[in-house]
Amino acid sequence: MTTIDEYLGTSAVANVKRAIQAAKDKPEYNALLALCEERALEQASKVDSGEIKGRLAGVPFVAKDNFLTFGAPTTAASHILKDFNAPLQATAIEKLEAEGAICIGKANLDAFAHGGSTENSVFGPTLNAVDKDRVAGGSSGGSAVATALGIVPFATGTDTGGSIRQPASFNGVYGVKPTYGTVSRFGVVAMASSTDTIGCFATSASDAQLVMDVMAGRDARDMTSLPDFFEIADVKSGQKIGIIKEFMTDDVDAGVKQSVIQYVDRLKSAGHTVEEVSLPILKYALAMYYVIVPAEISSNLARYDGVRYGKRADAGTLSDLYGKSRNDGFVSENKRRIMIGSYVLSSGYFDAYYMQAQKARTLLINAFNELFNTYDVLLGPVSPTPAFKLGENTSDPIKMYLADMMTVAPSLTGMPAISVPARATDEGLPVGVQLIGQRRHDAQLLALAKSVEGAA
Amino acid sequence: MTTTISRDEVMHLATLSNLQLSDDEIASLQNDLGGILNYINQLSELDTSGVEPTYQVTDLENVGREDIVMQPKADRDALLSLAPKQKDEQIEVPKVL
Repeated sequence: MTTIDEYLGTSAVANVKRAIQAAKDKPEYNALLALCEERALEQASKVDSGEIKGRLAGVPFVAKDNFLTFGAPTTAASHILKDFNAPLQATAIEKLEAEGAICIGKANLDAFAHGGSTENSVFGPTLNAVDKDRVAGGSSGGSAVATALGIVPFATGTDTGGSIRQPASFNGVYGVKPTYGTVSRFGVVAMASSTDTIGCFATSASDAQLVMDVMAGRDARDMTSLPDFFEIADVKSGQKIGIIKEFMTDDVDAGVKQSVIQYVDRLKSAGHTVEEVSLPILKYALAMYYVIVPAEISSNLARYDGVRYGKRADAGTLSDLYGKSRNDGFVSENKRRIMIGSYVLSSGYFDAYYMQAQKARTLLINAFNELFNTYDVLLGPVSPTPAFKLGENTSDPIKMYLADMMTVAPSLTGMPAISVPARATDEGLPVGVQLIGQRRHDAQLLALAKSVEGAA
Repeated sequence: MTTTISRDEVMHLATLSNLQLSDDEIASLQNDLGGILNYINQLSELDTSGVEPTYQVTDLENVGREDIVMQPKADRDALLSLAPKQKDEQIEVPKVL
C-alpha cells in the first residue's frame, strides 16, 4: 500500500506513470474498468509546470465509475451506460483536480452501486486484494482493491448503505462515509438520494482526513450539501465509547468479534472508556433500508430510458423503446430494487411500507441521538463476516442484503461512519471496525482512529 | 403473515417500472419479491403511532440561492451528441402511438 506523502514533491508525470504501470501489472483483480492515461498525463504536465498547485499536487487516484469524469467513459458498471462519455465532471472530482490530484482510472462497482460484492458489475467481479477466491465487497469494490493493492494511495467511492465501509473492511483499508451532505452529490450517478454520500478510501486516517477536507463543502448544484464544516481535528481525550451489543451476537463471525475486542482494548489503553450499549431498534434497520432505498431507486432510475443518452434498444414505438431499453440496460439486481420500489410506493401499500419505514427511521434517529447524549462514539464491526467467497451469496438476494445489516443504520440517520482496519482473522482476512459519530463529527472519528493507529 | 405476490402483480409492477421482462424474469422476480416482502413485513411490528416520518436528514430548510442564471456545465451540442438518435438538432424517437 502507498500513502499520499510518497507522491508529494515528486514528478507528477512519474507518479502517474507509476500508478498506471501498477494498474497494468494487476489486471487479474479487475479493479479498474478503464484507465484515463492520456488525460492523466496532461493533468500531470500541468502540475509539473506549476499551472496547478495544491495539497494533492501530483497525487494519483481512481474514481468509482459512477462519478462523471473526463478521460474515460462513465459506465456505472451497467449495460445502459456502457459507452457514456460524460459531458461534465462531478464536483468532487473537480475539487480534487483543483488541488492537483490526478484521476488515473475508473474503478469497478456493482451496476448502479446496487450490491455488496461487486459481482453485479456487467464487467465481471473484482477480486479481493488479499484472497482472490473471495469478493472485493461492494458496491465500491474496485476502489477498495485499487487502494489495497497500492495502485493508488486513495480512491473515491459512494456509500448509500455500506458501499464504502464494507469493501474497505474486506480489503483492509480505511473507508469514510461522511455525514450526509458533506460532499456534493452533483455529477455522481444517483441511487437513493436521501442516503447517498460521497466518501473515500485511503491507507491512513490522515490521508482520509485530507481527501475528505478537499472534497467537502457547499455546492450550489446540490441543495442538500452542507456548508463546509470538515476540519482536521485533534483527538479528544477520555472519550466515552459504546460498543453496540446487537452487533456482537453469536451470529457474528468469531474472528470478526475477536478483532473488534482487540481494537476496543487499544482504545481502553489509550485512556478511553468503552461500555456495552443496546439499540434494540437496530433489528429493524435493514427492513427500513430495503423499503426506503428501493423506493428512491425506482424514482432515480426512471431517467434511464434510452432517449436522451445511454444505450437504446430497437423498437417500433416509444413505449417499447422505454421498456426494452430499460430491460436490456439494467441487471437483475437493479430490476429487483426498481420493482420493490414500485411496490412500496403503490397506492394501497404506501402507508404500510414506505410511510411506516419513514416513521421507523425517526425512531432509529431518536435512539441514536439518545445514546449520543452519553457517548462520543459508537462502535461495532462493519460486517458480520470477513470477505465471503465469490458466488457464495449470489443466488439469494436476502442473504446478500443481510451483509449490510451493520452499515445501513448510519446511512438512514445521516451520521458519519468509518471503517478502520483492525487485526486480521487467524486466516489472514481483513476485518474493519466501524466507528459511528454524531452528525458533523466526521473529523473527530478520524482523529480517534488516527490516535490508536498501529498500536498493538 | 406470509405475503405472496402473483404473476399478475409482478406484471403490473413491471408496467409501472417500464420494464419489458422476459417470462423467465417474471417467474424469478415473483419468487424474489415474495421473499423480500416477507422480510420487510417485520416493520409492521413497530408501533409508530404519533411518530412523524423522516424524509431527509440534513437539518437544512428552504435552501435558497441568488436568482441568477447558473451557467450550465455542458453545452447544448455536447448534450445533444449523447442522444442515440438525432435529427435537425433534436432528439429523435419512434412514434408515440
